[in-house]
Amino acid sequence: MTYLARKKILEFIAVTFCWIVAFLVFFPIIWMFMTSFKTEGGAVSLPPSAVPLPGFAVEAIQGSNLPGWLGWLKTAVFEPTFGSYQTVFEREGYFKFLTNSLIVSVGSTLLAMTIAIPSAYAMAFAGGPGTKGILLWMLSTKMLPAVGVLMPIYLIAQTLKLLDTHLLLIIIYALMNLPIIMLILYNFFKEIPREILEAGRIDGATTWDELRRIVLPLAWGGLASTGLLSIVLAWNEAFWSVLLTTTKAAPLTTFIAGYTAPEGLFWAKVSAASTLAVAPIVVFGWLTQRQLVQGLTFGAVK
Amino acid sequence: MSRTLSRLLQLPSIAVLLVWMLVPLSMTLYFSFRKYHLLRPHIQSWAGFKNYQNFIFARKGKGWVWELEFLDFLNVQWLTDLAIATPFATSFVTVIGNTLLLVGSVLFITVVFGLAISVLVNREFAGRGIVRVMLISPFFIMPAVNAIIWKNMMFDPIYGLINVIWTMFGAEPVPWLELYPLQGIITMVAWQWTPFAILIFMTSLQSEDREQHEAARLDGANFIQIFLLLTLPHLARAIAVVILIQMIFHLGVFAEILISTKGGPGSASATLTYEIYKKALEGFNYGLAAAGGVLAIILANLVSIFLVRFVGDNLAE
Repeated sequence: MTYLARKKILEFIAVTFCWIVAFLVFFPIIWMFMTSFKTEGGAVSLPPSAVPLPGFAVEAIQGSNLPGWLGWLKTAVFEPTFGSYQTVFEREGYFKFLTNSLIVSVGSTLLAMTIAIPSAYAMAFAGGPGTKGILLWMLSTKMLPAVGVLMPIYLIAQTLKLLDTHLLLIIIYALMNLPIIMLILYNFFKEIPREILEAGRIDGATTWDELRRIVLPLAWGGLASTGLLSIVLAWNEAFWSVLLTTTKAAPLTTFIAGYTAPEGLFWAKVSAASTLAVAPIVVFGWLTQRQLVQGLTFGAVK
Repeated sequence: MSRTLSRLLQLPSIAVLLVWMLVPLSMTLYFSFRKYHLLRPHIQSWAGFKNYQNFIFARKGKGWVWELEFLDFLNVQWLTDLAIATPFATSFVTVIGNTLLLVGSVLFITVVFGLAISVLVNREFAGRGIVRVMLISPFFIMPAVNAIIWKNMMFDPIYGLINVIWTMFGAEPVPWLELYPLQGIITMVAWQWTPFAILIFMTSLQSEDREQHEAARLDGANFIQIFLLLTLPHLARAIAVVILIQMIFHLGVFAEILISTKGGPGSASATLTYEIYKKALEGFNYGLAAAGGVLAIILANLVSIFLVRFVGDNLAE
């Protein structure tokens, strides 16, 4: 066999492996999605059904006399139903939780960015020798286990009558993500060539002009990446939301954590609720993946 | 920009983080030396180091019996011996051990799988975009949903898919999460974070010099040599970043445990975070939980000193 032919075969095997691995990694999500369209009985049938078909086809298959080697088909097919989704929409108040998640994740991101942009800008362009130390200190506050300060935060929130409010979660998430945002922005700002700023200064630009007209437009991609990452992190955060909200300001994480009763778990309904909780952010992640990846690498990996 | 202006602009972020860190921290420190039990609110006095002592050494009550029973049940004699021989409460030893084991295993799994998968996918082929989207999706799944998927649809002793496949080969069904609770949680966290590692490694691989590969191959280097001598050094910085960022998140793993095992049986799958939560919210003992909180903070600081020392330079230049 020639070198090229061998290379082609190896390449083909590698690509096949790529698809298999990707499918395995993605599979739990597919399975959750599929379960959400089953009836409660169908969700726990054994062997599990895995082939969604329209109703008449399911009936035809189950009513027909299949040869022995195709017998498994009868239990493998199921007719998709929207029943669980209907329950989640109508009885569980999904949209209220969705709105809360949106308010809290976008609100906290805006707040954190407002605090972080001027600071990161100053550090990147007029930082002293201690700047790196300050940044690493900020990051180390992120390592303080939230549980270590749970009670103080709870008591403070209680005293200020902030329990179960959007404002409380917005503030906490903003503070929680601030160190990460600072670090990423700093790394992005650092990449802007100083010569451009100097040219601007010679033309008489003030610091404010510099930030608004030169730095922000140039770092726009970086800003977007940072903001997107912050939204994803806030959306999925489940420690503070579960412990500090109950009904009024409860985001989707609290909504999902409510489905944990050990007995009488309804798989189809839980799957529908889970799908609805993750769908917005997963789709959002797919659409913005290029930007998001940039943020995730902290601008530190090229 | 003048120095004053620069300081002024930096002030807000530094100030809020300082307040965010210092105020709750000093309150936790204060509570940890107080007797503060929600069910006995009339008792208000100093406790000295009592809370710390109880958190680290206490061996009474249901928890202690539970853990010994669990160790017996696992049939790991040396662990049982160790639990009895050391003066520490089993829950404390298990909990610290679990925390380090969880972080360590997840780091190891995500880096190894991340490397393997990203090198595998780093080639041109039709549908690469779809493969990429499928590979990164778990990262966007919220931890609470992650736990629900794995606990029910994968690990369930009767209807879970793993057992369906398992019994197809004639094996007895296994209650995975009861027998291997910590491994179960490690699986969940690793499933979520391997995509993160893949993403970062893939980004880094794109800047690798392909011509160098060709040259090495012409000189007779095989695949393993190329990976070890060219690719791995190129990825060193990316690996450091992956480790550092994950450490930050994994010390606080919470929702997965809350939803799947509740730290049980006993403390078999509780991390420090979860144990403190349990003491505070289920045991109503704020003083004790605060002492645990201080210990958690000390542990986190030890880890972070190590991190900043060894890999921090990779993050901010």
